[in-house]
Amino acid sequence: MGYKKYYTNKIIWYLITLVIAVVLNFILPRLMPGDPVSAIAARAVDGMTDSTAIQAVYEDYADKFGVNLPMSTQFLIFIKNALRGDFGVSFSQYPRTVGNIIASSVWWTVCLQLPAILLGWILGNVLGAVSAYKKGIFDKGILPAFLFMSNVPAFGMATVLLYVFSLKLGLAPSSGGYGFDLIPSASITFFRSVLAHYQLPFWSVVLITVGGQAIGMRSMSIYELNADYVKYSRFMGIKDRKIVGYVFRNAMLPQITGLAMSIGTMIGGALVAEIIFSYPGLGTTLLAAVKGRDYPLISACTLIITIMVLLANLIVELIYGVIDPRIKAAQQD
Amino acid sequence: MKNQIRQIFHSPKFTVGFIIFAALLVLTVFYPLIVTNDPLEMVGQGNFFKPGTYISVSEAVNTNPYTLNLNASSSRLEQNLSMEERMAMADWLNQFAGISSKEMDVTDAGGLVSLWKDHYDSASEQKGLIAARKKYFSRLDKKITGLLEDTDVLLAEKNQETGEVSVKKTIPSTSYVNVKDVGSRRVFILGTDNFGRDVLTELVAAIKTSLKIGFIAGLIATTIGLSLGLIAGYLGGIIDDFILFITNLFTVIPSFILLILISYSIGKNARGVMMVAIIIGLTSWTWTTRSVRSQVISLRNRDHVNLSKLSGHSLFRIILTDILPYIASYVVMALILQISSGILAEAQLSMIGLGPATTTVSTLGLMMNWAMSYSAHLNGDWWAYFPVIISIALISFSLNLMNTGLDQIFNPQLRE
Repeated sequence: MGYKKYYTNKIIWYLITLVIAVVLNFILPRLMPGDPVSAIAARAVDGMTDSTAIQAVYEDYADKFGVNLPMSTQFLIFIKNALRGDFGVSFSQYPRTVGNIIASSVWWTVCLQLPAILLGWILGNVLGAVSAYKKGIFDKGILPAFLFMSNVPAFGMATVLLYVFSLKLGLAPSSGGYGFDLIPSASITFFRSVLAHYQLPFWSVVLITVGGQAIGMRSMSIYELNADYVKYSRFMGIKDRKIVGYVFRNAMLPQITGLAMSIGTMIGGALVAEIIFSYPGLGTTLLAAVKGRDYPLISACTLIITIMVLLANLIVELIYGVIDPRIKAAQQD
Repeated sequence: MKNQIRQIFHSPKFTVGFIIFAALLVLTVFYPLIVTNDPLEMVGQGNFFKPGTYISVSEAVNTNPYTLNLNASSSRLEQNLSMEERMAMADWLNQFAGISSKEMDVTDAGGLVSLWKDHYDSASEQKGLIAARKKYFSRLDKKITGLLEDTDVLLAEKNQETGEVSVKKTIPSTSYVNVKDVGSRRVFILGTDNFGRDVLTELVAAIKTSLKIGFIAGLIATTIGLSLGLIAGYLGGIIDDFILFITNLFTVIPSFILLILISYSIGKNARGVMMVAIIIGLTSWTWTTRSVRSQVISLRNRDHVNLSKLSGHSLFRIILTDILPYIASYVVMALILQISSGILAEAQLSMIGLGPATTTVSTLGLMMNWAMSYSAHLNGDWWAYFPVIISIALISFSLNLMNTGLDQIFNPQLRE
């Protein structure tokens, strides 16, 4: 009974957030002076001198993008199209549709970032727990090293790895998602090429994630190790190994919330790291869209990234509900 | 207050962070006093010149030479024969001259070349080598011959009227110039960038601008966060619910996305350094609001606050004298974190191509963006982007260290 209420609440809350995010995505570009359509039309009429022709081009563009309609109607059309996955035609990669471009790049990003952030988080927690419990080299050597690394931005770590492992040692390819001489297929050669191109972007995200997670886990573990229940358990003669299990389970809980709260920042950073490797994901697409002043593509990219972040947050919070028994208890009151 | 400051500097973490940060600040203040060149002056014609001292060639040949009895060719060989070429030579010698690899040492260019000169003959059969490879070896041989040459270099002069060329000067291979004698020179400690600008001078200016962006963004974010947090935490009720809702909303909607949307929407013309700083500030206040709010909630029912209320003090006065001093340390720590995340946000925004649209100042993000646009990272021109990354990392590291140090002082639980 308790879970049902918790889950419904969470899902409703995220739905509201999604609606507001979509509204922001729609309204922010339109609030600003100089609507995007006139900017595009201005490029089209560049060099034209006949004022009636210019007027005609403007009106044509305005009709095509529906900027003459009232804001509410525009919004409804936007929602209707977005629900069908129709974001219009890309300007910079004409005649590809925006939906098509997004569909081909979103999985690269998901498959790169999801495992990388998860692995970074897990390694960080293990390192934090071990350095709190064992001290010594972990606490004085490895943790500070990772902490320094966590201050390097994701794109910085990407260039460092690129320089060392690709340019100097020649161990990994320097750019792209697969070999430039291959076409995507289900062959082993293609898969191996993808795997080779995957390494550097993947590790650059993992390496910078570990430190921040480890320091949080370390202080939580130290706090828990000094808690009364630990001392009591020791008096009771419970084995250390078992107590450590309890301690880390408790210390994990805030870490899960921490993951939910920082996932947006991490994805933002990792998107920029993609650019360094020209990885065929959303980050590179976004860069191309900005460079090509491809307004529909930018809008669709930001929307899909927001949805990804919201989904990731929702999943983390739902899992949290299962792990933390207090949630269930609180809902039953 | 005095005691607190003394206590803060007892924390080794804070002190180290403070020293790094102060050193960077001092650098941005004093470097421009010593090197007065315009940081954005395009000195180099061409992109990505290596770090080093550049001296004028025409002045060098006209400078009074010194004769040094040095074997110039051996150092020339060391400099100009790449490892790859040496390996190829060793392979050839092994295959066609029957010299075992033990007798050769690729690190000793001179020895290898004398073996090569003794055994290599382009006319020999070289069984099993394709034509292209044979040509490679004969080119390599020519290169070595060129490197070994010690003939004098002739300096010619063209007669303005007759157009005849006459020898003006001969330069033997044993003549040297002292770098100090050459007046026209320029030291590029970190080379030049894609526009031919001095990277070090530009970097110092960029650090200054980026710190400014960080400060402005941090101040705006902290001001908004502090006010919202105080109002929400102290007043409670429906205002609190509303502010908390908005805060939660903007915590989940990634601020990076809002940044991209707003920066793109305001257009290139409006996007100056100040504007970018303001936008970053406007999108990053949620953390401060959260922590201030929870602090204020735990404070608002303390005895001294209740006493103030009973004495009829105004809301403003209660907040100012009874609540703010207790959360001041949190606010300072939040500000420090905001500054470092503001600098990072600018860098990331610039990398996407939505940073400050300006040609009059440089920022760390813009330097990075240009280096990447000109593929410095793929050509190994490390000096154009490593210093930028190290600067960002150092700023962020020093600020985080200061923050951790402060945290340990104000939260005794965290002390070891």
